[in-house]
Formats: sequence, structure tokens, C-alpha cells
Amino acid sequence: MLRWILGGREAQGSVEKSSVLCIGEEQPKNWFTELQVLKGHFDIVRFLVQIDDFRCASAGDDGLVLVWNVETGERLQELRGHSQQITAITTFTCNNGATSHSSLITASSDRSLSLWDPDTGNRVQTISDLQSSVKCLLVLERLCVWVSGGEELCVWNKDFQLQCQTQNHSDTGITALIELPKNCIAAAVDKEIVISRLTVSTDSSMSVAEIRRLSDHQDRIRALINVNDGLFASGSHAGELILWDAIDWNILGYEHILWEESQACTQAEIRLAAPKPSEMSIQHLTTNGRHILAAVGSGLYVYSILTKTVVAYRKVAHDSNVLHTMLLSDSELMSCSEDGSVRMWEIQDLPLPGEPASPGFFGMWSFGRSNKPAGVPSKKVTDVPNMRTLELTGDLIGHSGAVQMFVSFGENGLVTCSTDHLLILWKNGERQSHLRSLALFHKLEENGGL
Amino acid sequence: MIGSPDVVAFTKEDEYGQTNPDPWALPEEFSVPLHPLADSNPWAKTSYAKFTKDFILISEFSEQVGPQPLLTIPDEPKVCGTFDLNYFSLRIMSVDYQASFVGHPPGSGYPRLSFVEDSRVVLGDSKEGAFAYVHHLTLYDLEARGFVRPFCMAYVSADERKIMLQFQELSLRFSQASECLKAGNRRAFAKELQRKLRDLEYTHSVLQREEGLQREAGPQCMYSAHAVDKANELANVEKSIYEHRDLLRQISSYHHRPRRDPNAVTCQKCVTECLSECEQLLDKYAKLANPFSYTNKRGKREEGQGQVDEEGGGEEVDEEEGVKRRPSYTPQLIKARSAKCFDKRLKTLRELCDNPFYEATVDLLKGTERSFRGDLCYLHTRRLDRALRTKQRVTNFLFEEDLGDDDEDEGGTLRPFCAVNHAVDTFTLLNPPPIVLGPEPLELDALELPDPVDPASVTSHTRENELGLVESHLESSPSDQTLETQGSSEETKGSFGSDKSGTGPAERQQNLACMKSEAPDSDLTPDPEPDHNTDLERESSSEEMETTAGEDDGDGTPVSLLELVSELEGSREDECDGVTDGACEMQSDLLVPLDTACCMSQEGFLYEASAPEAVPRLGQSSHLQPCETLVVNQEPQALLHLQDDYAVGVGSPSSESPAAGLELPVGLLGDAVSRTSAEDGFDCTMSASTGSDRTASPLGYGGVVTLRQRKKAGQGALRFVRQYPFAMQALWCLLSGRTLVVLGADEGTVRRLVAALALFVPGPGKCGERVQAWLSCPFTLTDLQRWKLVGLQRVASPVGSSMLYSLSRYSRYISILDADQKTLRCPSYRGQLLSKIADHRTYIRRGSTYFLHLQSTLCHLAAKAFLFTFTHHLHLPVSSTEGPEVVEGRRLCFLREQLGLGDEDSQILLYLSQLITQQYLQPAAGSRAAAASFSFNYTTSVFYKI
Repeated sequence: MLRWILGGREAQGSVEKSSVLCIGEEQPKNWFTELQVLKGHFDIVRFLVQIDDFRCASAGDDGLVLVWNVETGERLQELRGHSQQITAITTFTCNNGATSHSSLITASSDRSLSLWDPDTGNRVQTISDLQSSVKCLLVLERLCVWVSGGEELCVWNKDFQLQCQTQNHSDTGITALIELPKNCIAAAVDKEIVISRLTVSTDSSMSVAEIRRLSDHQDRIRALINVNDGLFASGSHAGELILWDAIDWNILGYEHILWEESQACTQAEIRLAAPKPSEMSIQHLTTNGRHILAAVGSGLYVYSILTKTVVAYRKVAHDSNVLHTMLLSDSELMSCSEDGSVRMWEIQDLPLPGEPASPGFFGMWSFGRSNKPAGVPSKKVTDVPNMRTLELTGDLIGHSGAVQMFVSFGENGLVTCSTDHLLILWKNGERQSHLRSLALFHKLEENGGL
Repeated sequence: MIGSPDVVAFTKEDEYGQTNPDPWALPEEFSVPLHPLADSNPWAKTSYAKFTKDFILISEFSEQVGPQPLLTIPDEPKVCGTFDLNYFSLRIMSVDYQASFVGHPPGSGYPRLSFVEDSRVVLGDSKEGAFAYVHHLTLYDLEARGFVRPFCMAYVSADERKIMLQFQELSLRFSQASECLKAGNRRAFAKELQRKLRDLEYTHSVLQREEGLQREAGPQCMYSAHAVDKANELANVEKSIYEHRDLLRQISSYHHRPRRDPNAVTCQKCVTECLSECEQLLDKYAKLANPFSYTNKRGKREEGQGQVDEEGGGEEVDEEEGVKRRPSYTPQLIKARSAKCFDKRLKTLRELCDNPFYEATVDLLKGTERSFRGDLCYLHTRRLDRALRTKQRVTNFLFEEDLGDDDEDEGGTLRPFCAVNHAVDTFTLLNPPPIVLGPEPLELDALELPDPVDPASVTSHTRENELGLVESHLESSPSDQTLETQGSSEETKGSFGSDKSGTGPAERQQNLACMKSEAPDSDLTPDPEPDHNTDLERESSSEEMETTAGEDDGDGTPVSLLELVSELEGSREDECDGVTDGACEMQSDLLVPLDTACCMSQEGFLYEASAPEAVPRLGQSSHLQPCETLVVNQEPQALLHLQDDYAVGVGSPSSESPAAGLELPVGLLGDAVSRTSAEDGFDCTMSASTGSDRTASPLGYGGVVTLRQRKKAGQGALRFVRQYPFAMQALWCLLSGRTLVVLGADEGTVRRLVAALALFVPGPGKCGERVQAWLSCPFTLTDLQRWKLVGLQRVASPVGSSMLYSLSRYSRYISILDADQKTLRCPSYRGQLLSKIADHRTYIRRGSTYFLHLQSTLCHLAAKAFLFTFTHHLHLPVSSTEGPEVVEGRRLCFLREQLGLGDEDSQILLYLSQLITQQYLQPAAGSRAAAASFSFNYTTSVFYKI
């Protein structure tokens, strides 16, 4: 509850600040007009994974994994077994033959790994007493193995047998893992990206060997994603966004998002907050193959892979750090933040070409506008005539704590999880009403009338 | 000895040969006399009655002191005032038409229990200004004359028509009570018989021992007077044993006989329990101390002594064992008592029935008394209202108070009342098929062919056969005799009945009429009955008691004269049952057309609660339909201001308004919780939600909300509407499902406002779960989802600021009514729909009037929503080529064109429709409760000020 009060005060301050950003209560483009509150967790819910078209699993600091039916909001399973917070969760689909069956792999701070069957709720496999707690998981479906990253990198087969592992990387350990072509794995270890190759020998035993270390980041790597078959991207705490070639690991693009003036600005504005280092930290990266969406501090940047430039950005998209983002389409994106809101954005062409941002946005801080071109590397503003803007089209307010993550189920809705122990299922009210109406007539027919 | 009571005749004039009544004529109960008598104030009809309100009187015809009142319900002396209960008991006991026949049926050696159907009579005493529905019943008592104790329960009212028109239901209620009493009584009687049988067996063994001693003493005293006495005594005891065993058998066969009374439904579980109990007893006493062998050889006693000795010895051993096996009860030696009936203390009603059954009956009667409070019109409207609402189960939850589980007015369902509260679901099939609905033809059949139709006789025969099998090798077994004699008695009865069947229905009708109207003077008067009865009873009691008196008058086989009489009475028993049934039948005929017709006027709703007889009468009653609107409108006190069909009777005292429980202690509890949470300083939301959970629990709810409370809520709503020009907007918020937060510093003001506004919350829940009267900590989204109306405390503290923060954070989901500054922040409403109920220049001055006006409007809304929800083509494509936008267009067109609703008004309807859909789908949602969904839309709010 302390969190509630603190969060409240903080957010209250930010409400004043973001009054410009508030689009008001009239949101014609926002079709999330119905919500369901899903209760079940006792602590912060940090992870959401989609199992299939209608199920998702949530996991959090209470060590619980809950499986939900997104269509009805029912809680289908409660996977209990971890004694401490869950640090990573992923789905594991191994199609051997005709059947493909989804399982869940979870890693917890109690230094154990578990495999769950989400249909029955059984813990199928479990490994405990690992040397270190696992911070990230990666499934290599092609090889039917999975990789866990903690202080060391371990490769496991589907029966939870350790195939091979590497040495200690560092104290910080692996924070992110992605799969690269040619059986390579990229792991983010502090400021470096470590490329390892997985070799399967003739007797089907595996070995993993480090091939290369990419040390171009100045600060800790916070995000590492695959963009497409030939590209991957990484973002650092210092706001560096590097686009890499997935085959030969060369830098294809470098973007350094710096905004000292923004810090000054926020310093001036926010009385209580000291300038946070996270202001320019890349918290999250997401891509659809054509664009990369970077969550930088409380801002959002859309980076075009084609032009290798930032095409649209919003320096203060949220009142607080953005935690998770998603590109719904080429023009629509969504972000959630510590301020407890989920916002939906649309990439729109600027009414006045050449104007970097909408005047309304910076209207309040006149100095912000004057300083900004200096802050943003000048080349982008100048040589990008097709600079566009991010317009807020709607926001979802429901959580009373930071929204950690969200998963979209398309027209079935959106699931958000938060530090307030809740999940919220956002749906299209009209569609739901129509579905209910169908169900009503179905039941009416079954009953043979009223 | 008793002045002839003016029994109300149940003749139905148009039954035979009479023309149909004028279809436009008002039923008499609604007509207003053209020339009212000078002194007659129709509302002061009860003025000359000596009691203030209706009550239930239970009386007994005591064999010692005659008719006497036992208790009244309600049990307050002021209820009956100066009304002479003793005199009235005399009156009501004097019209007992139960064909109680007791004693020996012709040819049978044993006294028979008569299974008497209850009789129902309406009786009036114009001098006293009292009218009564009188329900006679007979309970069994081993110590009473003829084993029966006549009782009656009477519903006494000053309004004759009330009783006549409520006859059906009164009859149902009293039948339930009577069945309950009788069920308990049968248990008690079986227990008593058991005790008595043990005593008798013990006495028997003692006597046998004595006789054996005598015989050992020598043959010279064999024929001494003493020895003969002893032998007689022994014979009497044996006979008594037979008799009691037979009684036990009879009482256990009780359930196998057909019931003519359709109202007499008993709890199946009780029945089976009682049956099995009785059968156990029967088994026990069939095996234990079977004295038949001995007694049958009694005649040959003189010849074969040795045999007897042996047998007797064996008998004794058995007896000893039997005694040892039952240490809980030490049998007593039954003394030869010359029992004088005036000496002994008769059992009280409570003793006659098992205590739980007695208590249950009294509770039942109390409930009956409660449900019949109020005058006829009131009862009638309430019944109509209920009948309508049972038809509207789908939408009732929106604005109507909960009908609840009390199916008290659903007379037709015939749910049996169970004193020991067996689970409700065991009641499924209770009405045994042999219920005789059309008594006349079936009756005749039954009389002509007693054996195949009458399962009771069949079963009793088989039972006897089974018993006979045990002793089949004994040719002269008395049970065989019984079988024979019974058969013969059935035969005679049958022949009598067939004779009787020659009489035409008209004659029968006449008979009925005279039975009812001038019962004491008709040829079948009950006048000779008491004499015979007393003879018989004396006879049987003498048989029972004077075992050692040595009077030795013919082994107790009844004399031929008695046989004849009993035969006559036996047939009359059936006859009279027929009569009472006929009376019921006709009464229902009298009643039903009114009920059905009145309901027919309500858009063809059938009055479901009427008895099965109602159905065939529908056609007959249909000609009354045209006048029905008139009828409803002209009810003398029928709340004329409410013309709406649906809102009838919302002002009934036992019903609950949607505002139920708002003023109840739950709020206080919530307070306590919130106060502690405020003290704690954190965990406010948690405590708030627990508090609300407790609110949702039925704690403190369920109490009867008085009329005053509801009027107060109505008054509050009226005041709100008159006081606030933006009331319409606030009501629109509530009706369209947007949570309204009433913000205020003063708890009383906020609570009052919330209580008033709660009338407008659709689907407030059974206990008003969707309303939170007073909350003093910040709320969360979950609370918003749960509550549609919240009273929020305005406080100046950190808690208060975070509360204000939560208000602003969730402002898109809520409307805020500031009770202190008299402002409202909500989306704008420009519709017309609510202008009728939220007109601040309304001329309605009374809260209750406004409440009813409101109810009628809301019911209209609910009906529209129902229509909208369940109209197929508004939601589904008619043909496969239609896209969803066509359906959408049709839906909009329906709302706009056909219902004439604007956008905002449509939102109300959509919300109500959504609630109906959810409610309808709810049971299907299954065991796992999915979280409720919460719909909203993104619209801008406007700030209203006075």
C-alpha cells in the first residue's frame, strides 16, 4: 500500500505535467471499451506469455504462474512450485511428429527451472539447485533444445538434460539472448554482445563455443532483439541503438539518442525528481521487420531500418519510464509505462513538413523547442524530410501501479499486467456484446425458448 | 344444542341449466353498490367485529369438556379483543363434516382407524361479524375415544369475501399445516402403540405364568371362578394385542391409500421414514411373542394341557428375551382399569404430534397469518403482481425486488411442507397419482370396483396376506378371518355405492347443497352420528380397558346392529369425502375465473398459481375478459394512481424495495472497517474491498424493509429530483451503467442521497451489492467494477488526497456528484426518456407516489430492454448475405425509429440489455466464476452546477 501512496503522489505530479499529453476522455479511436480485472497474483506480475490463440500465462514475484483464458477471463490453471520470484518464462513448443504441444518453461530466483503443462497444470520437469539463477531463456525450436542464460550459458534438451554449458561470463551475467543464423546465439553480457556457436556432433552431443565479443556499446546493454533474418539490434543504457548484421556481426547502423537538454527540462519541471539515468536508457526494443520501436526513458522512438533513421519520436510519451512497447502495424504502436497507463499511438505525417514535433506537444515549454534540435543529432532533423509524428490516439487507465507488460490477442483483446498484482483484460465492448448476444440466442435455442 | 350456524353455501348457480351471466357485468367483489346503505362505510365493514384483525384459531372438540379454543395465532390477547373464543369454537366445531368413522367395521374383529380426509368449511357468524375458513382434522390418540381427537383450525376474518376469494389458498395453506400435524401425529401414535404393545406383551406373559401356576395347583381349580376370570383376562389381553398390532398395521398403511385431497402433499422423505419405522415395528411385533399359536388352541385348552404348557413356556422364554433386548423401556403391567374417560388427562396437541412437527405447524400457520394480512384488494394486487413477476424472471432482477425463495403465493406448485426440513430437492415427485381431481365419476368407480382402484385396500390385503402367510398353517387364524370380513365389508360397501350411483348428478348436487346449507336437518344429518359413535367408542374402550373385569360379553365381536351402523357410516364416509371435495372443487370454480380472468387482462398472463382445476375452466372464464380492464381499474383500493400493469403491489409490506438494506447495519460495519483502515494509514484498498465483501454477504440483510423505509427512499429520490436541476443527468448515469460517486463530508447526507439514488440502479443485486453507501478510503478499479453507486467521504488528509487522486484517475469511468457543492460532473445527456421521472417541476408530492411512478417507468424500460435483447433479427443476420453492418443498421433503426430513442437514451437500453444478457447467460457460465466485465465508453464529461 505504501506503493499506492507513493505511486499516487508521483503520478499525481506527473498528471499535472502531462496535462498537455492528456487526450481527454473522448477517444473515438480507442476501441477498448470493456475490461475484466483478473485477480490471482499476490505480488508484482512481471511476465505475460501467449500460449495459443486464447490462452496466456502470467508470472510474477509471487512465484505463481497462472494460465488464463483470454476470451472468458477464466483462470484455467494455477502453476505452483516456485518458492521465489519468477525471472523468466517462455513457451516451449517441440513438434515431434504430428502433434505440437506447448509447454511453459519458467526460471525462478530459487535457482530452479521447471517445465509445465498448461493444459493439466502439472509440473512435468524440474531442475533445482542451479549454480545461479537464470535470467533469460531462449528456445531453439529447430534443434529442439533450449538455452538458459544466467551467469553461465546452458543448453538443455527437451527432456531437461544439460547438453553443454559455458564458463562464467561475468558477475552481471547474461541479460538477454537471441538466436542468430548458423546455430549462433547472441547473449548480452553487460556492455558486450557475446556470440557463441552451438555445434551438434555426430553422436548428437552438443557443444557451445564463444566465437566473438562485440564491444561497441558504451554502457550496459538493456535490449537485444532479432529484427529479421539478417539483422539484429541492441540498445544500451546510454541510449545507443546499434543495428547489427546477423551473419558477420558488423555494425549496420548506429543511433545515439542523447538529450541532455531534456534532462534539464525535466529537472526544471519535476521538482521532486533528480535526473534519472534511465532518462535516456533504452528500456525496450521491438520490431516488425521494417521499424524498430525503442522505448527510451519515458519517450518513444521509431527507427526505420530502411532509411536507418528515426522517423518519428515522442520524447515524453509517458509520465514515467516506458517498460514495454509493441508495434501493432506500420503506423500503430502501443506502449506501457511505470505511470500505470497504456497508450496507443499512431504515426502520422506532420502537418507541416520539416517541423520535428507537433507544436502542441512542446507548446508548454518554449525553451524545449528551441533547444531540441541541438539535442537530437542534427543530421536526422535536417536530412529527414519525411519526419513524422506520434499522435496519441487513446490510453487505457486501470492499473494503480506500473504496467509491466502487455500481450495483444488481436481482436480478442489485450492483457496487461502490473505491479498492483492485477491483470486487466481489455476488450472491444461492441464485439463482446455481440458475442454475448450470440451466446444468448444460442442458449435460447438450446433451452427451447424462455 | 348448537344453534344452526349459517354455513355459507357453495352452490354454483350457473353450473346446471343457468344462463351465462352478463359478460359485461362486474364481478361482485368489484362492484360498488349504487345506493349504499346509510350506515355502511365499505371500508368500515370490520367495525362491528369484535376483533381488530384476522387471526387463526385452533380448537379442539374435547371429549371431556366439549369444544374449546386451544390457541390463537398471533398469540396476543388483544388480537381477539372481546371476541368470545369459546363460543366461536363451539360454532366451528359444530360444522365438522369430516366423515369420521371409528370403531369396528362390520365383520371385523378389530377397531379400525379411519383415515379421514380433512374437511373445509366456510362459516359465518353475522352477529359476531366473524367469518371463518374452518379446517377440520382428526388426530389419533390411543387413549381417546375411538382413538381420535377432532381438531380444527380456523382462519377468522371479518371480511367474508376475503375468505371466499382466498379459499383456495387458505385451503392449501391449512392443508399443509394439517398434513404436518398429521404426519407428526402418526409418528407419535406409532410410538405410543409400540409402548402399549410392549406393556400388553408383558402383561400377557405375567398372566400366562400365573395361569400356569394355577394349572399346576391342580385340576380342581380349573373351573373355579377365579380361574375363569384369569382365562378371560388372558384372552382379553391377547385380543388387545391383536387389536394394537392391527392398529399399527393400519397406521403404517396410511400412505398407501389414495388421497382425494389434492392439497394434501407430504414430504416424501418423511413418508418413507415413517413407513420404514412402522414396518420395522410391524416386523418386530410379528415375530416377537407371537401369541397366535397359543390363542388359537385356546379352544382346545381343555383337551390338550400338556401342549399348552410347552407352548406357553416357550412363549415366556421368548418374552424374557424380548424384554432383555430392550432395556430402554421397562414394560408395565397393564392393570385392569375401569377407565373413566373423565379421569384421565388428555394429551395436549403438542404431545399428540411430535414436538418438531408441532412447532413447524405453528410456524407455518404464523406464516399463513402473515401472508394474509391486509385487505382483499391488497392481497389480490399483490398476487397479481407476483404472478406477473414470476412471468418476468428474465428482467426482474433489474428493478424489481427479489421474489425470493418464498414460493408462498405459488399455490399451484404444491410444494410440500416438511417439518423436519428435509432437503428441498427430495420433494420432486410427491403427488401420488391416485389424487382424485374430478371426484364424482372416479368416486363412483371407486365405489363400484373398490379393489382394483383402491390401492390402499389392495395393499392392505396383500399385507394381510403376508401376515397370513406367517400363520398360514393355522386354519382358524384371526387374520384370515379379518381378511374375509374385510372383503365382505368391501363388498357390502361396493354394493351400497353402486346403489348410490344410480342417483343422478343433479340429485347429488342437491344433496351436496343441502348438506352444505342445512346440514343438521338433512336426512343424512350428523345428529345420530355422535350417538353411534359414542356407543362404538364406549364399546371399543370397554374392550380395551375392561380386560380383567370379567364381563365376558362375547369376545368383543361387534353386534349386528353396530355392524349395520358402521357400514352405513363407512359408506357415508366416502360420501362425505366426496362432498367436501366437491365443495373444494366448486369453490375453486368460483375462484378461478376471477383469478384467471384478472390475469388474462394483464396481457394474457395466466395465473400460474391457481390449482390444476383452473385449466379446464379457462374457456369458461374467457368470456369475462372484456370487462377485465374495468375490473382492475375499479378495485376499491387498488392504488389508482398506478395504472401501469407491472408496478402493481410494489408497496407490499413484506416485499423489499431495491433500496433494501441501504439503511441497515452493514453500512455501519463498512464504516468500522473503513475507520480502522484509516487508522492503519495504509492498506486502504484492501480493507475497503474486504469491507465491501462483507457488504456483499447477506449479513444484516434480508430483514423486512418496512413501507416507511421505502417511502423514505422514494421521498429522497423525489427530493433529489426536485432539488437538483441536473438530476436527470445523474439518473442517466446510473441507468446507463456509469458509476456515480456521491461525494460529501457529511455521512448522513451522503447515505440519504445514496439510498434515494439506489432506486435507479439497475440490477442492484439481491442485497444491494452494487451499492456502497459509505466509503472513506480510495477505491480501485475493482470497486468500480463492483459498485454502480458509491457514497464517498470527503476528507482532508493524505488519505483524502489519494482518494481525490483516484477520483481524477478514474474520472473517465465515473460521474461525480458533489453533495456539498451541489455539482455534478458527468457526460451530457440530452435525451427525452428520463424527463418524465426527473422533472424537477413535477407535481408529485408524495414519495410513495413518486416511487410507484418511477417503478412504472423503469418497468417500461425493462420491457423495452427485454424486447431489444430477445429480438432475433436485431442481433443476428436474417440471411447469409447480410453483413454485420446491416444488422447494426437494423439495430440502430429499431432503437431510433421504433423505440424513438436518441443516442443517450439508447445507451440506457443497451446497458439494460447487456445486463439482461449477462443475467441470462450467467448460469451457463459454469462453475468457475469468470471475472465480471465492466463496460464503459470514452466520452467527455460536462460540469453541472445549480
